[in-house]
Amino acid sequence: MSMHALLKLFSLLALGFPLLSLADGAAIAQQQCAGCHALEQPDYAALGIAERSQRQGPPLYYAGNKFRQTWLAAWLQNPVRLRPGGSFPPAHTQQTEEGDRIDASSLAEHIALAAEPARQVTEYLMSLQAHNALLEQDSYQPGKIALRMGKMDFRKFKGCNACHQDAPETGGVSGPELYTAWQRLQPAFISSYIKDPTAWDPHSMMPVLKVKDAAVHKLVNYLKAIGEQ
Amino acid sequence: MRFCVMTALLMLSVASAQGEALSGDAKILYQTYCTQCHGIAANGNGINAPSMSVQPRDHTDPVEMGTRTDEELFKVIKHGGKSINKSVLMPAWGDNLDDEQIHTLVRYLRTLCCTQ
Repeated sequence: MSMHALLKLFSLLALGFPLLSLADGAAIAQQQCAGCHALEQPDYAALGIAERSQRQGPPLYYAGNKFRQTWLAAWLQNPVRLRPGGSFPPAHTQQTEEGDRIDASSLAEHIALAAEPARQVTEYLMSLQAHNALLEQDSYQPGKIALRMGKMDFRKFKGCNACHQDAPETGGVSGPELYTAWQRLQPAFISSYIKDPTAWDPHSMMPVLKVKDAAVHKLVNYLKAIGEQ
Repeated sequence: MRFCVMTALLMLSVASAQGEALSGDAKILYQTYCTQCHGIAANGNGINAPSMSVQPRDHTDPVEMGTRTDEELFKVIKHGGKSINKSVLMPAWGDNLDDEQIHTLVRYLRTLCCTQ
């Protein structure tokens, strides 16, 4: 093969490989993910609130606005539970004499992907960015907060731990664990989602706090602080 | 005459279907936004209750629920516990639910506490 041909092949690979990889990732995602996750934005108004109770997994049509890429690729290869009560906790709740408890036996395990498919699916999911505008509107800049103050704010003043855990086995179980949020999620996403979860997901089960941006940023800084511990 | 009877029957069946739809909507709304704290049996023992500093209200208790008017229930769902000097752990759902959905929930709460 001539040098010219080699160069041509190299440039084709350099240009074409990411596109091929994206297409492969899309095909795998359609096959493996679409059954439980929305890869395109649903018509929430037409579906009504029943849509929320039928979800098997979080929507992914804005995955590229939400996740950290390296975390996502690793998690897809070794998925661990992030939502103690699953995507719709009432569907996994049972009554006991001590009160309601999560029925862990009813929770499905997430499939694990091998390294190459995980890379391809991650690349595809990171290309799904339906909410770029929301991230662009966000003004969060990482800062510091004293752990003790952050914990008091998170638990006592804002009541976040009614639904979320800020340490293993510490806090409510209906929302996703948040002691790993900083490793998993893009900082601007965390900030924007706390500010208005319904802008991201009209059927979010998280309320709008109605606080100033500075108060939202204080909560994000707390998640940063516990995430970096 | 026959036409009038048929029309009346049709209207009754539509009203019944709407009632069932309302009941279904109310249950889904309650299940989605309330049961985590207030419990799937509405008794205040939801999955989050053990980690909360304030026991969620028992919606099946006619005495507890009898102390609140429908207007107060609407207000506390829409604007949160702080709006009636109650716990911050009761969030404001006014951005998640529209007024009609909140009215639906208030009516449903009355069936839980006082008609079952």
